[in-house]
Amino acid sequence: MRYLQEQCELIYKEEIAKGVFSFTLKAPQIAGKASCGQFVNILCDPFELRRPISIGGFDAASGILRLVFEIRGKGTDWLAARNEGDMLDMIGPLGHGFPLLDESKKAVMIGGGIGTPPLLPLCRHYGANATLISGFRNASAVILEEDAKAFGAKTVVCTDDGSYGFAGFTTQALEAELANGTFDVVYTCGPKVMMRKVAELAAKYGILCYVSMEERMACGVGACLGCACKTKEADGSTAMKRVCLNGPVFEASEVDLT
Amino acid sequence: MTDMRVKIAGVEMKNPIITASGAFGYGMEYNEFYDISLLGGISCKGTTVLERQGNPGPRIAETPSGMLNSVGLQNPGSEAFINTYLPWLRQRDITVISNVAGHSMDEYVEIVRRVSDANVDMVELNISCPNVKEGGMSFGTSCESVEAVVSEVRKVCKRPLIVKLTPNVTDIGEIAKAAEAAGADAVSLINTLTGMRIDIRTRRPILKNNIGGLSGPAVFPVAVRMVRQVYKSVNIPIIGMGGVATWEDAAEMMMAGAAAIQVGAALFRDPYAPLKIIDGLKAFCEEQGLASVTELTGTVEEW
Repeated sequence: MRYLQEQCELIYKEEIAKGVFSFTLKAPQIAGKASCGQFVNILCDPFELRRPISIGGFDAASGILRLVFEIRGKGTDWLAARNEGDMLDMIGPLGHGFPLLDESKKAVMIGGGIGTPPLLPLCRHYGANATLISGFRNASAVILEEDAKAFGAKTVVCTDDGSYGFAGFTTQALEAELANGTFDVVYTCGPKVMMRKVAELAAKYGILCYVSMEERMACGVGACLGCACKTKEADGSTAMKRVCLNGPVFEASEVDLT
Repeated sequence: MTDMRVKIAGVEMKNPIITASGAFGYGMEYNEFYDISLLGGISCKGTTVLERQGNPGPRIAETPSGMLNSVGLQNPGSEAFINTYLPWLRQRDITVISNVAGHSMDEYVEIVRRVSDANVDMVELNISCPNVKEGGMSFGTSCESVEAVVSEVRKVCKRPLIVKLTPNVTDIGEIAKAAEAAGADAVSLINTLTGMRIDIRTRRPILKNNIGGLSGPAVFPVAVRMVRQVYKSVNIPIIGMGGVATWEDAAEMMMAGAAAIQVGAALFRDPYAPLKIIDGLKAFCEEQGLASVTELTGTVEEW
């Protein structure tokens, strides 16, 4: 049986930026099977549809799972109101995550806002060979910089208003990194417009690039076809693939990022 | 011990709980949670002669106590169904209902001919999909077109034929009568009710298709009423569905007139919902001292 439904205790909760929460949960079964880039589908009791949340950290040995999410609507608002000691009904780990190269390879990750959390486990994998470029509106919205540094990753934080770090887009920072260094792989999660530019830059430098897609979901396991996204097949035709099962991570050239 | 077996149009199922078309694919995904042979039956993803890519996304919008979908019959086509998914299902002890759809009379006849020649137990004719532009629901909204399509496919259908009805009509009892007159062996209802949600910030519909089909507990009382209405209109068995989420809902819908029940959207909240419904329904029947679960069907005493 590939899928698990687990009742997970929320053991630590912190609002790490306005409206952005970090949950640490006891989830021994899901944490034991998780890999980078996967997600969980969480029951938000008053609502019919579970909410898919990317896995921001997992540790098989301790059975700990970390989720970092932003209040986007009623479901995540309900989720953010849970308290330490509460149990959450989760299905996971779900989806096809980020393919990993050997940890000695050099990886650059580009996260747009709340797209940053699923990149954190990659920072752990690549350690000092990881560079995390993350972008936020302003200084008060910056998250996970210290977490990435703790894994040994180099961090470049960008803010739209220049109130912290580099004043400008993550893609400008990426262009500078690519021009000055050599990388084996690019990973990105965030707004489509950002991921499209990241994919173009990766292609220009001939570097393998993986993108993590977001879509409204129902079942989360590939049965209902609710979350399909348009993909480009090797023969030039298009297809509709399931973000929850074939994704959320796709090779950049495979998906339509328009 | 209550006998949970039911027989619909001569086909026996080990219990009356069937997963609804569109919510459960061809069973492979949920078989990664539990052995799907615990279910009475599976109504497979609506299949067309050729592969369909469906509608662009977003295809899902939440609603109070329910959801809208506008998948648009994305499916791998009849060849993949017959050669890949059906053989996998046939290795499991589960009644296989092949749900089929088309865009024209010719397509309906062709898909029914193909799947009923294959090793399926029953065929469920979807003339009620709200998410495709031509065909689909338009076949299911008038007695004349229902009679026409059902009588044509009846000629080529070698398996018991279930006709799946849309609730988006004035009198579903009359539609059911038309299906029965044209040779349907059973009817299933309700498909989704058409609905719409709008993002007030962008002033755009949430669904890229603008409209979609409403399912989930929100539609349950509508479904119960329609099952009752159809029960009084026809003599063929009814497979009831629409917002069934608990064993209490299943018992209620059977009392309204359903001989079996399909479970769809409830799976998204709880993948184990169909199994919990089977267990709860069995316990209820035993508490009620019933020898057979079939004793529930149509037993509501109306005022």
